[in-house]
Amino acid sequence: MSNTASPRSEIPLLSARDLTKRFGGLAAVNQVSVDLWLGQIHAVIGPNGAGKSTLTNLLSGDLPATSGTVVLRGQDISGWSPEKISSHGLGRSYQKTNIFRSFSVWENVRLAAQSRSQPSAFNPLQWWRSAFNMHEVNERAERAMELAGLHKRRHHVAGEASHGEQRQLEIAMTLATEPSVLLLDEPLAGMGSAEAESMVQLLLRLKKDHAIMLVEHDMDAIFTLSDRLTVMVNGQVIASGWPAEVRADKGVQAAYLGDELSEAH
Amino acid sequence: MSAPQSHLETLPRSLNVLLALCFLALLLFPFVGTDFYVQMVSRMMILAIFAMSLDLLQGVTGLVSLGHAAYFGVAGYALAFLTPAGEPISLYTSLPLAVAASALLALMIGFLVVRTHGIYFIMVTMAFAQMVFYLFFDNKALGGSDGIYINFKPDAKLFNLENKHVFYYFTIACLLAVYIFLRRLLWSPFGRALAGIRVNEHRMRALGFDTFAHKLCAFTLAGALAGLAGYLWGAQTGYINPELMGFHMSAHAIMMVILGGMGHFAGAIIGAFSFEYVLHVFKDLPEVAGFNLGKHWQLWMGLFIVALVVFAPRGILGLLAKIFKSNGDAP
Amino acid sequence: MDIVNFLIQLLNSMQYGLLLFMLAAGLTLIFGIMGVVNLAHGSFYMLGAYLAWSLASLTGSFALAILVGTILSVLFGLLLEWLLFRHFYQRDHLDQVLLTFGLIYVFEEMRSILWGDDVHGVAIPDLLSASIPLTDTLSYPVYRLFMSAVCLVLALGLYLLISKTKLGMKIRAGAFNHEMTQALGVNIKLIHAVVFALGVGLATVAGMVAAPVSSVYPNMGSQVLIMCFVVVVIGGIGSVKGALVAALLVGLVDTFGKVLLPQVAGMLVYVLMAAVLLFKPEGLFKH
Repeated sequence: MSNTASPRSEIPLLSARDLTKRFGGLAAVNQVSVDLWLGQIHAVIGPNGAGKSTLTNLLSGDLPATSGTVVLRGQDISGWSPEKISSHGLGRSYQKTNIFRSFSVWENVRLAAQSRSQPSAFNPLQWWRSAFNMHEVNERAERAMELAGLHKRRHHVAGEASHGEQRQLEIAMTLATEPSVLLLDEPLAGMGSAEAESMVQLLLRLKKDHAIMLVEHDMDAIFTLSDRLTVMVNGQVIASGWPAEVRADKGVQAAYLGDELSEAH
Repeated sequence: MSAPQSHLETLPRSLNVLLALCFLALLLFPFVGTDFYVQMVSRMMILAIFAMSLDLLQGVTGLVSLGHAAYFGVAGYALAFLTPAGEPISLYTSLPLAVAASALLALMIGFLVVRTHGIYFIMVTMAFAQMVFYLFFDNKALGGSDGIYINFKPDAKLFNLENKHVFYYFTIACLLAVYIFLRRLLWSPFGRALAGIRVNEHRMRALGFDTFAHKLCAFTLAGALAGLAGYLWGAQTGYINPELMGFHMSAHAIMMVILGGMGHFAGAIIGAFSFEYVLHVFKDLPEVAGFNLGKHWQLWMGLFIVALVVFAPRGILGLLAKIFKSNGDAP
Repeated sequence: MDIVNFLIQLLNSMQYGLLLFMLAAGLTLIFGIMGVVNLAHGSFYMLGAYLAWSLASLTGSFALAILVGTILSVLFGLLLEWLLFRHFYQRDHLDQVLLTFGLIYVFEEMRSILWGDDVHGVAIPDLLSASIPLTDTLSYPVYRLFMSAVCLVLALGLYLLISKTKLGMKIRAGAFNHEMTQALGVNIKLIHAVVFALGVGLATVAGMVAAPVSSVYPNMGSQVLIMCFVVVVIGGIGSVKGALVAALLVGLVDTFGKVLLPQVAGMLVYVLMAAVLLFKPEGLFKH
């Protein structure tokens, strides 16, 4: 298992510099920089409250940063709204499943795919044509369903699907928007070992054509998947680099990895 | 607190058949009804259009507006201002202008209110509608509290709207046109996006949808359709006053939509008819033991509304759908 | 406008603003802590005014009327909360809007049945019926100053309650995190009842105190409700401080607007609200 895949281009697809987010006096994220390269998975780990989800929210535009910059595909996206960032090629999945519970599994993915074929809301053509005959959209959705392994379950109501299926759906929706950068927030959360294994295989397949940031707690998966590893504690980066190096870093072991490391094999 | 879940997008086939039969009955009604009732049913159909316009906003998009009547009233006032004292105005100029006036007002107010959420949205829609109400109420130039009379029905050239039956069929045509438009819209990309916004707006934004533009467009369209209803109301009753844009009218619209069942548009029609019927029943209550029940219709109406909210959140259509589905029909 | 007129209008705007604050504070607390939108809030204002009128006529004493009236309406508020409102905290806003709209109808009719539809006046108590002379021709009614004083005292009391007492701390905690507060053993149901009663109490006292100046008439609740909503929107939901600032602002804009620009006076407050919304869609002091 190659843990040191080299990036497929010279410039990172996403580059964040000195990102800081303050809530009152507290800095949830403090001067964090991270680069995401095409063909690599960059894992971000740390104890609860380390600021990993906040970091993800800052990158996706869900939260405005107090300071710092983010460049996506060569464009400064600092301060952009979530929808603008998404349409520029960034997709994210959520730690707490964030789907359309009352729609069918298929409709969830189809709607996500529709986002890419969306002229202005004020265009009357958008009010008259049938949403289900959009060839391009359907194909995009099919691809995402296929990738996420969901094609058999399409007519189930999303809210009634199993937890694992909902996590798959979570990914499928993100994939249906055909992003180049993926921010995945604990995709393995609450999964059984078989489901987790499928997800890991999926991520390995996705790695080739995407730049991925992976926030996770599952150490086995982290060390299988990641090409780069960043450790956050109390909003700050305490180590970042090749997984093997970070693992061996004394400071990291002292602060965080100690027990988990000795358990991981 | 999530968006209302009580929406009904598709119905069992047998229920659809029942609805079609009801529509047929509506078409044939003028042959059996007296002039008085033909006018009453015309008014109910106009309110049904008003209710459907709100359903687009509330049932489909999940936006609870307490100020929708403003757009209803503005179009009526537009007709009132366009109609000269001594002769009718052309239908073909006044209708588009009136609807455009409502649409423009909805666009402007929508631009300000659509950026708010939840309770704020409810409050600001109410506040801006009250602003419009006071604008007309306080200004003699705009008719003041007395309102304005519309002395002639619009001139349709090819048919005579002064004839009650002709007006009735014209109203049915409008009702049908709006219904078809909205049903198509529901299943269009725009409609699916609105439904997504109702269910999970946060995720829609994360997926790249410009939810502000979608909501603003829905708000404007709903306002335009409310304007169509208001225009017809002014044409039919010949009188427009500020109460038609007021808080109570807006609340009535909400109640019609809830009573009928949200999200399908046929529910809005059913709700409009049922609500007006219930109102009539309460107002006509007799005296019992010296206590005039009919005079205090607001009390019964209030209790009826409370009971509705507590016991039947999916409205009449919801109840019917349940009944018909349990009789073995595929949804 | 000369200095005396300016002073008069300033005092008027402060009085109106403080009155609005009494209503808005209750509304915003109930929104912020229980998440309930209550369209019938204006009805409590009306209830206060009618109680003031009937109790004052009955007992001959305005002070007694206020005392008894406050107790009665707080009890009524508690009953309403226990019977109806507490079952609606988890329901969505639409249901709450409808429920409370239905209540408006019910309250209006009960008022009509109990007290009739006529307009009534409430006499200003002799103690407060004097006027402070400002110039040869102009004077300012003591009663209006009294109104402002009452509102200020209650505002101060509210502030002290919320920020300095244990109860206030529990209230703030409940607004911040429901489950956690409950898990810590705080009786959240009691907190809700207290907050609701507080809101109702403030609204009814406002109605009682305003009655001699505004008269007592049907529909007085709806009129004040809309202004109340505007204040809460401008101030920010859940923020009592915001409600105070916004209420004073609205008082200023409305009062001076009526004097300086009478044609558009009715709209000015809404223009203010629109301006705030453009820059701060969640109010000036977002909670």
